[in-house]
Amino acid sequence: MTLSVDIRHRFGDFAVEARFESAGRLTALFGPSGSGKSTLINLIAGLLRPDKGRIAVDGRVLVDTEARIFVRMHKRRIGMVFQDARLFPHISVAGNLRYGRWFTPSSERYAKMDAVVDLLGISHLLDRRPAKLSGGEKQRVAIGRALLASPKLLLMDEPLASLDEARKAEILPYIERLRDETKIPVVYVSHSVAEVARLASDVVVLAQGKVAAAGPTEAIMQRLDLLPAEERGEGGAVLDTKVLRHDEAFGMTVLGSPAGEIRVPKLAMAAGAPVRIRIRARDVMIATERPAGLSALNILAGTITAVRPGIGPTVEIAIDCNGAIVLARITEQSKHTLRLALGQQVFAVIKTVSFDNATTGAGLPAEADG
Amino acid sequence: MNWLLDLTPDEWNAVRLSIKVATVAMIASLPPGILLALLLARGRFWGKTLLNGLVHLPLILPPVVTGYLLLLSFGRRGPAGVFLAEHFGIVFSFRWTGAALACGVMGFPLMVRAIRLSIEAVDRRIEAAAGTLGANPLWVFVTITLPLILPGLIAGAILSFAKAMGEFGATITFVSNIPNETQTLPSAIYTFTQVPGGDEGALRLTLISIVISMVALVASEVLARRVGRRMDIE
Repeated sequence: MTLSVDIRHRFGDFAVEARFESAGRLTALFGPSGSGKSTLINLIAGLLRPDKGRIAVDGRVLVDTEARIFVRMHKRRIGMVFQDARLFPHISVAGNLRYGRWFTPSSERYAKMDAVVDLLGISHLLDRRPAKLSGGEKQRVAIGRALLASPKLLLMDEPLASLDEARKAEILPYIERLRDETKIPVVYVSHSVAEVARLASDVVVLAQGKVAAAGPTEAIMQRLDLLPAEERGEGGAVLDTKVLRHDEAFGMTVLGSPAGEIRVPKLAMAAGAPVRIRIRARDVMIATERPAGLSALNILAGTITAVRPGIGPTVEIAIDCNGAIVLARITEQSKHTLRLALGQQVFAVIKTVSFDNATTGAGLPAEADG
Repeated sequence: MNWLLDLTPDEWNAVRLSIKVATVAMIASLPPGILLALLLARGRFWGKTLLNGLVHLPLILPPVVTGYLLLLSFGRRGPAGVFLAEHFGIVFSFRWTGAALACGVMGFPLMVRAIRLSIEAVDRRIEAAAGTLGANPLWVFVTITLPLILPGLIAGAILSFAKAMGEFGATITFVSNIPNETQTLPSAIYTFTQVPGGDEGALRLTLISIVISMVALVASEVLARRVGRRMDIE
């Protein structure tokens, strides 16, 4: 799938002027509130008509103001999951799920009811009314409803933003599963570094209605300067790793990465499972010699490849650990004292306890299908 | 009880006719009522205030004036009356259909008001969600909007029915007071009060009309509550 967007849209004194292409499995539209991400996703869904521009999915033109093309939203076959689930209050959960099927030509119905219900763990909710569901359950049903319309593209507009942390942790694994087990490309709007780092294959960063950067998640996440101020503490390197083995005695999981073994608190995943982790830059210490007599368990050797000024009295240092880039945020003073310079051999030190659910992903809860 | 139900044939006819007229008036008003309520709730067009005023006119005009206007336009020589009689064979003047028209017109503002309020209360974002699932605007209306405004529809329909049961001025002006054809309950009661010894009949019909109105009101309450419970909107 390729999504190509090139639009200009004004509303009042706010203008969105965005141009990007993405072919990712899950493309995140990332930026602070007011950056134009929701406007952009509404334009792709057809809920808004742009002043000017063109939007195409896989070569199918949905909007082209110059050629006077505007495909109406019910003909786009683009699924949408809203921040507020927007379930139909007068129909049961099963009825909500089936709704989109009626309007899908039978030759294009690829989504199967049983498979989607299993994927999202909502089989026990089918007979209920939407008003009787919790926030997290509502959102899972809303995702199922969009999937069962067999869309060509699925849009998710901050689907977790109105949920508390526990509910977010409940839904994230299902979205990961959706990304990995279905073939539907997803465009995911979010202002959260944790969600984007964990879910996205590609990121389009928006700021004040314009595209500030676009590219693969690992590359974009290196650019701490792109993050909104309130999310900067969450910024850091994103590494794709694999579960090597579990250390039952100490309740840890050992992950394999190009940089070497990384020990994190125990994950509920089988050996061999892929895990994407985020190492917050503020959690990384730098040592010029291999430290001894230290409680931190993860010590990765590498070379300094970049030194960038950070916010306030900090610097951001990129360390290439055998191909995997780890970011560290340290004070100007430490850099001066250690005389850190480009090309220097250093050790990145990361405490195991600095990893949590938000940075390693908790996996599916065991009772998910109950 | 026997005294109450021991009606003369003419009185029975008045009761039956009233129920028939009110039912037809209510059912025939529903489609245009929904359409106008939709237009007034959602439409953005020039002359909306004027249209709103026109719809409400029967509520503020003296009923006799409304009846006379109906006579002028839908009467035997009125332009609309001539047109409908020639092309569709529908005649209103001095027929029960005319009584239904007069009752429908008088109850129309009440019906449109109730439906309009319920349409304005519908969350349009839910309709947009249905649109993204592939439903075109007509299907969105039928499967989402209509069920969501059902309580308002019921309320509007019952108001229109109740108004039709009690309508007197416009009906008697437009189609007169002919037993078996246009003599509805209020007209019959009025007739009884005009003849000596008619008090007993007037009282009987008054009690019957109270019972019918109460039954309609209670039925609408029960129905609306049941629909509301089924939907259970947070």
